Amino acid sequence: MTSLPAPQSGAPRDAVLLFITTGICAFAALLATAFTEDPLFRLQGWIFLIAFLIALSVMTIAINSGRLRSRPDRYADGVVRAGVIATMFWAIVGMTAGVFIAAQLSWPDLLYFPEHGWLNFGRLRPLHTSGVIFAFGGNALIATSFYVVQRTCRARLAGGVWPWFVFWGYQLFIVLAAVGYVAGITQSKEYAEPEWLVDLWLTLVWVAYLLVFLGTLWKRKEPHIYVANWFYLAFIVTIALLHIVNNLAVPVGPLNSRSYSLFGGVQDALLQWWYGHNAVGFFLTAGFLAMMYYFVPKRAERPVYSYRLSIVHFWSLIFIYIWAGPHHLHYTALPQWAQTLGMTFSIMLWMPSWGGMINGLMTLSGAWDKLRTDPVIRMMAVAIAFYGMATFEGPLMSIREVNALSHYTDWTIGHVHSGALGWVGFITFGAVYCMVPWLWKKDGLYSLKLAEWHFWIATLGILLYICAMWVSGIMEGLMWREYTPQGFLANSFVETVAAKHIENVIRTLGGAMFLAGAVIMSYNLWRTIRMPSSAPSAQSLSGPAPALVAAQ
Amino acid sequence: MWKHHTKLERHSLPLVIAILIVVSIGGIVEIAPLFWLESTVEEVEGVRPYTPLELAGRDIYIREGCYTCHSQMVRPLRDEVERYGHYSLAAESMYDHPFQWGSKRTGPDLARVGGKYSDGWHKDHLVDPRSVVPESVMPPYAFLAEKALDYRDIQDKIRAMTKVGVPYTQDMIDNAKDDLETQADPFAAPTKFQARYGGKVLQRDFDGEPERLSEMDALIAYLQMLGTLVDFSTYQAQAPENRR
Repeated sequence: MTSLPAPQSGAPRDAVLLFITTGICAFAALLATAFTEDPLFRLQGWIFLIAFLIALSVMTIAINSGRLRSRPDRYADGVVRAGVIATMFWAIVGMTAGVFIAAQLSWPDLLYFPEHGWLNFGRLRPLHTSGVIFAFGGNALIATSFYVVQRTCRARLAGGVWPWFVFWGYQLFIVLAAVGYVAGITQSKEYAEPEWLVDLWLTLVWVAYLLVFLGTLWKRKEPHIYVANWFYLAFIVTIALLHIVNNLAVPVGPLNSRSYSLFGGVQDALLQWWYGHNAVGFFLTAGFLAMMYYFVPKRAERPVYSYRLSIVHFWSLIFIYIWAGPHHLHYTALPQWAQTLGMTFSIMLWMPSWGGMINGLMTLSGAWDKLRTDPVIRMMAVAIAFYGMATFEGPLMSIREVNALSHYTDWTIGHVHSGALGWVGFITFGAVYCMVPWLWKKDGLYSLKLAEWHFWIATLGILLYICAMWVSGIMEGLMWREYTPQGFLANSFVETVAAKHIENVIRTLGGAMFLAGAVIMSYNLWRTIRMPSSAPSAQSLSGPAPALVAAQ
Repeated sequence: MWKHHTKLERHSLPLVIAILIVVSIGGIVEIAPLFWLESTVEEVEGVRPYTPLELAGRDIYIREGCYTCHSQMVRPLRDEVERYGHYSLAAESMYDHPFQWGSKRTGPDLARVGGKYSDGWHKDHLVDPRSVVPESVMPPYAFLAEKALDYRDIQDKIRAMTKVGVPYTQDMIDNAKDDLETQADPFAAPTKFQARYGGKVLQRDFDGEPERLSEMDALIAYLQMLGTLVDFSTYQAQAPENRR
């Protein structure tokens, strides 16, 4: 295999450090599980304990067999491969949950089970939102960032075994959050539902993630930090800030799962939507723009359209996004000056957003013909188009008068999904379609035809979904404010619920089609991975130093 | 200008610091003033911390994810004020940690649902929503009526609430368990409980099964007080200090 000496004896220090930390954590989890009186806290304790024990046994074997020794001549791609698999796994879990809860709203008599409260909409909805945002999206971001930062820095991931800690620690966070929602552990802050203990765990994982990423930047052999890495960095740093501030809370007890937010009422509301909107801005936008900035030029074999545009739109995007939160609170008890400020910046946000869209789309100039022949490029181009559409619709909906109609309705749900399915989903699918043959050293995908099917089924699914939500959202908004000629409210609330039945069914169908696309993709990727490998390619670190030259 | 930017492209720590500064400005300018501008929360009469039973009910409301479909924020729009009642005031949620304003109305707003329906209606509706509202898409919550309320940690909960700034007195903390049991028991002496939480507080068997203190009791107690605290006869919406 490798011709490099790498003759360290004994266990690598980073692995031993991780082993000891995990051991201490396992002991703490054991004590907590044993002494708590809160059944929900005990459940969390058990999950922690089992996870730590598995980690300890795996590490014992791995350290003894010498597998955890870092190989400085190679890119650390194992963790990226694991990330790709996790991305697709959680995509299917999260989207299945979404289709199921959409079906519950369509056929409540069939899909609610009075004996099984944990299957109710209220508990499964966070499972769906966290499942697609944090499990699917988060894994995609971690995996691609680990892939991109190594290539653009020409350096192996920093931290030896710690990238694996980031990966598995993040999976543990997802499992804790998901089991928690179903069991009834939530602090009810949207997209920040996990309780204090899980929040602390995520903070730990996130700090490790930041250090691994920064450490790799510090090791770089390229003088410049590539634009994709600015976006990844902004995403990691800002999410850390948002997560910590929004989740400040006082636990009911050290061994109690419940906590109460440090903030209350109007302050809590604004902090939550400062968090909530920037989860969109930095998790679902900045991070995925980073993906765009690497995979679109790479796949199209064209340079990024404009370097200056990327600078201008990067700084203006991250500056303006932070202000936009109050548009979630129009006409509420939030002071009007804050609402107006939020609306103003939301409208301004249109420009930097379209800067990114233009930079992404125009990167294809000179390669437009590939839209016809390569479904992967087409998927990414459509993703950028949906990004453009959603970032036009967003500022529109943030205008107070429009918001008076759209807020609380399905229109918002449709808007979110044109961003989530169209932009986040498709750019991720595009990146994963690119990465899998590269990571597993194949000539290409198993079947472009299946990718073609995936593209069309999913696109049609998105269109059905968002059109149904436009219709039902605007309809219910108008019905709520409809008056009879005598000046009475024309509709009782439940009439507006009943009126949405057909749209709910169409939405379920659209979501199911998008899910079907993801299943087709997973099959395609699985067959790709099982194909015979291509001729040895330069997957290892290539650099000026002869010692670092590819050694197969 | 482009030349200066090269410095950030070549040094990761200055880049991180620049990002942190740029993303902090908006939050500081927009959010921080809410903590000291006195006009943010109106002065009203009647708003009090939740009773222990209501707090337990609120925790069930949160646990079941009711906020995913029900808002608690009536906007000052003609149709909403007519449908739900007086628009919501900031003061009404000042003891809400976390807030429950919600973001979606798959079901109606609940900010003023207190007192609108009978306890019996709430129980029937929670057990089987379509038995009383045939077109409803709400999930059934029959299990709440079967499940005994676990309030072993109610005192800790109220103590945690005081730490985040809710003005419970030491008396309220010490008697949390008693107060919780008193509120669900129509035959218990109300004097001390009412002295702590005010005369308007509801005391009865909420779920129609007096022999059992269930999660249903707590949830209905919470629903029945929502939006009923502020004394709107003394509240001057048009007074200058109340205009936001």
